[in-house]
Amino acid sequence: MKPGGTAGACAALVRRDLTLVWRRRGDALNPILFALMVVALFPLALGPEPEQLRRIAAGIVFVALLLAGLLALDTLFRSDYEDGSLEQLVLSPHPLALLLACKIAVHWLTTALPLIAVAPLLGEMLHLPVAVRGVLLLALLLATPLLSLLGAVCVALTVGMHRSGMLLALLVLPLYVPVLIFGAGACNAAQAGLPFLAPLLWLAAALVLALVLAPLACAAALRISIS
Amino acid sequence: MNILTLWFHKLGSPPTFYRLAGLLLPWCYGIGLLLGLVALYSGLVLAPRDYQQGDAYRIIFVHVPAAWMSLFAYAFMAANAFIALVWHIKLSEILAMASAPVGAAFTFIALVTGALWGKPMWGTWWTWDARLTSELVLLFLYLGVIGLNAAIEDRRQAARAAGFLALIGVVNLPIVHFSVTWWNTLHQGSTIRLMGPSKIDAAMAWPLLLMALATHIWFFGSVLMRARIALLQLEGGKDWVRKVALDEGAAGG
Repeated sequence: MKPGGTAGACAALVRRDLTLVWRRRGDALNPILFALMVVALFPLALGPEPEQLRRIAAGIVFVALLLAGLLALDTLFRSDYEDGSLEQLVLSPHPLALLLACKIAVHWLTTALPLIAVAPLLGEMLHLPVAVRGVLLLALLLATPLLSLLGAVCVALTVGMHRSGMLLALLVLPLYVPVLIFGAGACNAAQAGLPFLAPLLWLAAALVLALVLAPLACAAALRISIS
Repeated sequence: MNILTLWFHKLGSPPTFYRLAGLLLPWCYGIGLLLGLVALYSGLVLAPRDYQQGDAYRIIFVHVPAAWMSLFAYAFMAANAFIALVWHIKLSEILAMASAPVGAAFTFIALVTGALWGKPMWGTWWTWDARLTSELVLLFLYLGVIGLNAAIEDRRQAARAAGFLALIGVVNLPIVHFSVTWWNTLHQGSTIRLMGPSKIDAAMAWPLLLMALATHIWFFGSVLMRARIALLQLEGGKDWVRKVALDEGAAGG
């Protein structure tokens, strides 16, 4: 790995982002706490009957994680935009899409992966059947990178704005709908004893597509909003 | 440069477009309104009653053209956004952003008329059927594009960013169109086809198609109107705008 090469730049970027997250590791807990609290609201609102909760558990966990991920999206480029390093990334001679893909990957590792790790706990709070847990985790593993990639494109569009939070949600949520339908659909099918492979394969196909296209789209969007 | 390219380049210049759009505008509104009234009369009065739904089916003369227009307007917006992003044509940015509110209005009309029809026929205002859900997502996409366009200060950057979002949302168009085929839920399949025989009686088909034509023409009138105003705002300080303002001020007062 040459110091001036693209691989070197990507590695440096990943190391830097991981270090930044590690220095403020308390913040990394926030999405998890948020998801926990959202899930805790449902039994309080709907009543504690296990039968009812069991029926909607997978969907609630999915929505809670999706919302937590949505709130965490803002941190993807925020500090980089404020200290100017995002502009340096755009100006750098290395392919911007690749650098952004590294950033998105680190962001997914540090926000979505911890959320997936607590998903079994969230499921347990809502009496999710044990048999569905595996499908839920698998669906989340396929869906959350997809959410991060789609979200990153929208964040790139809103990056220069003050108070972009609400607008970002308006842009991102319509794009999240199909992911939610297939992800939660797989869990519901598994819970009903139906074949659940097809929605998971759809998610996987969409993920492959997004892995290729989303970083490119993200780069194009960033060039629009930084220009 | 051959004559067609020259004409195309001229059309892309704001003053020429402003003038041409001003000439076309009354015709678009006039013909659109006339055809719309004829279609409405023939749909609501002349067309025969449905043997099963009675008169309630007549809402399709508004619902179906509005739903078609919701897709057409999005495709028009996305095509213009694509042109704007690739070739940096100012006029395409304006046209794309001008069609967003019109398309959103058609989507809203399609959803509301569908709900009004659904209550007596399906027994519910709303159901989470694939077609209805994807059409609702389409409305959200329109609103996202409008919101992003309004949120950015710089008009051209706003149009480019919102246009980019519109391009991402194109994924939803085939989903809306094929939703009745892919998921066999409550909303009926398409009765009118470009390819192959339609499953609708000719006496009901022609007011419907006439209304579709009327909404298309009205749509272009509306977009041209919005585009003209947006052009004046964007080019506010330029000579031709000052000239237009002086001329129209002289003509008006």
